[in-house]
Amino acid sequence: MIKQISLFLENKKGRLAHVCRVLGNEGINIRALSIADTTDFGVLRLIVNNPEKAYEILKAHNFAVSMTDVLAMEVADTPGGLAGTLEKLDEAEINVEYMYAFLGTTSQAALVIIRVENPEKAVSVIRRAGINILEGEQVYSL
Amino acid sequence: MYWNQHCECMPQEQLAAVQLERLKNIVERVYHDVPFYRSKFQEIGLEPAEINTLDDLTKLPFTTKQDLRDNYPFRMFATSLSDIVRVHASSGTTGKPTVVGYTRSDLNNWSELMARSLTCGGTIKNSVIQIAYGYGLFTGGFGFHYGAERIGSTVIPISGGNTRRQLMIMKDFGTTVLACTPSYAIHLAETWENLGIERSELKLQHGIFGAEPWSEEMRQEIEKRLGISAVDIYGLSEVIGPGVACECQAKNGLHIFEDHFIPEIIDPVTGESLPYGEEGELVITTLTKEALPILRYRTRDISILTKEPCACGRTHVRMHKVMGRTDDMLVIRGVNVFPSQVESVILEIGGTEPHYLLIVDRKGSMDELEVQVEVSPEMFSDQVRGLEDLERKIRHRLQSLLGISAKVKLVEPHSLPRSEGKIQRVIDRRKI
Repeated sequence: MIKQISLFLENKKGRLAHVCRVLGNEGINIRALSIADTTDFGVLRLIVNNPEKAYEILKAHNFAVSMTDVLAMEVADTPGGLAGTLEKLDEAEINVEYMYAFLGTTSQAALVIIRVENPEKAVSVIRRAGINILEGEQVYSL
Repeated sequence: MYWNQHCECMPQEQLAAVQLERLKNIVERVYHDVPFYRSKFQEIGLEPAEINTLDDLTKLPFTTKQDLRDNYPFRMFATSLSDIVRVHASSGTTGKPTVVGYTRSDLNNWSELMARSLTCGGTIKNSVIQIAYGYGLFTGGFGFHYGAERIGSTVIPISGGNTRRQLMIMKDFGTTVLACTPSYAIHLAETWENLGIERSELKLQHGIFGAEPWSEEMRQEIEKRLGISAVDIYGLSEVIGPGVACECQAKNGLHIFEDHFIPEIIDPVTGESLPYGEEGELVITTLTKEALPILRYRTRDISILTKEPCACGRTHVRMHKVMGRTDDMLVIRGVNVFPSQVESVILEIGGTEPHYLLIVDRKGSMDELEVQVEVSPEMFSDQVRGLEDLERKIRHRLQSLLGISAKVKLVEPHSLPRSEGKIQRVIDRRKI
């Protein structure tokens, strides 16, 4: 299980750069990110090397920020690799709310971040389906 | 042209005598029939018999919108409910509207006042009048309707909205007089230009516009674009509705119908009466209302009164076009909106900070309201859907409370202006 940082951003010039600068100044390294956007606002989701510290920094800068549990899942870095993994999740009846790619890779595979209902319960189901889930410490230090 | 030359052109001394007699009568009545006024009189140790001249008016207590709210819904009425034949209401700050009532005689007087106003604006028996004010609890639609029927004009009670249908009917029915808000008049003109309707296909001659403040520049724009003569009409539901005052064709101030109302201008801070010619808050006492007689109602509208003779021959005092407000009330598409109403919705729904900003703008000619509100850091979740639900909830609640649609925009915490003193809750970008 890994900790994801989510924050509320207005669709306004310079906001994303501002967040990245705030984190960069404090030595936080962004490892993966995605933005879910609507017309007026977006939710920025981040995987960073030190989620607790990043959370405190963003809070101190008055951002609306929350921490969410997500899973980092290994996916074969070949054509059809992600499809195969998702099919396994379907069979295990695990619903993916959202998903995005991780910037780095482990030695064997690519990584994707997934958000599912009840992540704690899902971990064992997914592992039983033969998919490798990484621990937080493994991911933050990648 | 007059509707009631005898009353509208009455010599001022005679008018004053009528006012005094009616004032004494109404003071006596509210003292006996409205517990609210009786206790107000007792608080300041005033007896109805002490009102003997028009100057004694200043001894009387003021009435505010809050007093009407505190006595919701019917406790300000001076007659029993069985004598009330109509109620109207305006939107309230906490979901409770301000309620006003009319007896048969009140409706009769209101029709008379609206007939006078419409005549001032150029309406005659042969006119075809299109009433594009809302019909319902709002006093606009019905006030114009009864006045136009009194004159005997051909009434088209089309109510507000549906601009294309308005234009089709305007063209096909040969509308000669238009009654609506000034911003809607401009919107109608823009739309017919876009649809390629030629001015020669329309028979419009006159317009009577009110329910929102508008400037002399706006009049010129309307007269030019619509090719009509446009006058301003004033009123408020707490006093009677539209028909308290109306401009004549001299277009140099609105005649307040003084045989039914006594206007004053006061200093909004000290409450002191100001002489003619000075700018201040307009205060109105009703002289003939049966159901809801009101003493010295604080309209919060800023104006100037003048007794100078008018070219039209009417002797009644004129008020300057409304120049502003003494409170933070906004008029958006003819609807009164207080920032506090928006605040109550935001607090009630939760999920946001109590920091908000109202931005009013005129897109084309229609007023638009945007409500910006800060997302609460505590309530923020990772879910986009939750945020969209929150926006929708606030929008629906505003729509049902205010009766107008607003765009709701969530913004980041601490992004709206903060202030130690009087905070700015409103940005009004409209040029009126």
